[in-house]
Amino acid sequence: MSDNKSEEKRFEPKIVAFFCNWCTYTAADLAGTARMTYSPNVRVVRIMCSGRLDPQFVLAALRDGADGVLIGGCHPGDCHYQEGNYKAIRRFRLLKKLLKSMGIDDARVRLEWIAASEGDKVQKVINEMTETVRKLGPLDLEPKAWKLIRKTQIELPKAPQIALGGVS
Amino acid sequence: MSKPKVGFYWCASCGGCEEAVVDLAEKILDVVAAVDIAFWPVALDFKRSDVEAMPDDNMAVCFINGAIRSSEQQEMVELLREKSQLVVAFGSCAQLGGIPGLANMFRRQDMFNEVYINTASTVNDGKVFPAVSTNVDEGTLTLPLLWDTVKTLDQVVDVDYYLPGCPPPVNLITDAVGAILAGKLPAKGSILAPDIALCEECIRRDTKPDKLSLKEFKRPFEIKIDPELCLLAQGLLCLGAVTRKGCGAACVKANMPCTGCMGPTDQVTDYGAKAISAIASLIDSNDEKEIEKILTNIVDPAGTFYRYSLPASLLHRHYETSYEGGRK
Repeated sequence: MSDNKSEEKRFEPKIVAFFCNWCTYTAADLAGTARMTYSPNVRVVRIMCSGRLDPQFVLAALRDGADGVLIGGCHPGDCHYQEGNYKAIRRFRLLKKLLKSMGIDDARVRLEWIAASEGDKVQKVINEMTETVRKLGPLDLEPKAWKLIRKTQIELPKAPQIALGGVS
Repeated sequence: MSKPKVGFYWCASCGGCEEAVVDLAEKILDVVAAVDIAFWPVALDFKRSDVEAMPDDNMAVCFINGAIRSSEQQEMVELLREKSQLVVAFGSCAQLGGIPGLANMFRRQDMFNEVYINTASTVNDGKVFPAVSTNVDEGTLTLPLLWDTVKTLDQVVDVDYYLPGCPPPVNLITDAVGAILAGKLPAKGSILAPDIALCEECIRRDTKPDKLSLKEFKRPFEIKIDPELCLLAQGLLCLGAVTRKGCGAACVKANMPCTGCMGPTDQVTDYGAKAISAIASLIDSNDEKEIEKILTNIVDPAGTFYRYSLPASLLHRHYETSYEGGRK
């Protein structure tokens, strides 16, 4: 899709990634040390454990301009804190359900298990995620929400006479 | 010194908050003795012109309940803000958007179609919808504009204090009125209720198992609810763990799970996201497929977790024209 367009018109998605300190962040470090190249669209935030990821972080990222959110944690059974990643997957599944019901494509959020040795998986997942979100297009939640609000204010008519008691 | 003037007003709400004021029962006499009611259209004969005639900051405090979803409501709350020293968002709708805030799951036109065309008892061949102005023989008739998106009170005007609840519990109202009259108020922006989760004051607190884990979520009509046991332990989506206390766990006492009308505690930005965090972590499974299966009984996540707080949430509203979840 984007190949037909000129380079400057190509949509560059902003993706916020939350990587766990013990596995995925270390893997991203490994990918860097090994000089693997991957899309520069991801902004990585290091958290101690994928179980620390509050669903509020994901919603805040989407609202404040991220087009997608990537979450990386240790493989099941490998969590540094025993079961943080299990908590992450449970929350993630319910959060995806919520996003879907709010009209947001749930492909914009992705959870991947990436072990400290899997630098190549970091590269692969980031590239895939960037392409997926590029195809979905900009999310633009914050401007959209406020545009809706502002629009309602611009339309305001100067009503001459208004009855009291607001419920209608 | 003359008595402080107080106003009450309602916007998009059910009227329950006004009932809550009446529920003060004999205490209302103390309130009436201590203040002058300067504006209360639901109970006394006041007109908008009476408010317009007031000097600025005339009222010591104005309690406004209901969400804001029309041009008229916006004009009124802006006017009341000018005329009041303090504005208190009274109840869930004013504080968080409340039940009317769930309209943010739809577009205005979809709602109009549903209400004025699709409902079984409606005959509307001419497809007439409410219009801001309509010409008839006698002249032009006007109606306030209904907005596409419902807002909380503090998204429209500056709010000094919040009284949570659907409706706010009587003891919180009397405490708030007392504090205002005594001039003993906390920092601006405070929520005038305890900042602790509901479980803390729940009558079933001692029946909560040390480790809660659930293989299945149940809906209240699906089971015979045990009147003693912690509702979460019975698999019901009781949101007390993420909800502010202050209501005395009234719903739990009536054998129904907490739906979260008191809103989140001060530490939480987005009530629904925090509820998701709390509820999902109770699932007793590490297998993705099984987790998905357990979640199928949470039929309407937005309506469940944002029942009272959609307009105040980070996402604010639904983002597509058609809504497929929750309702058929």
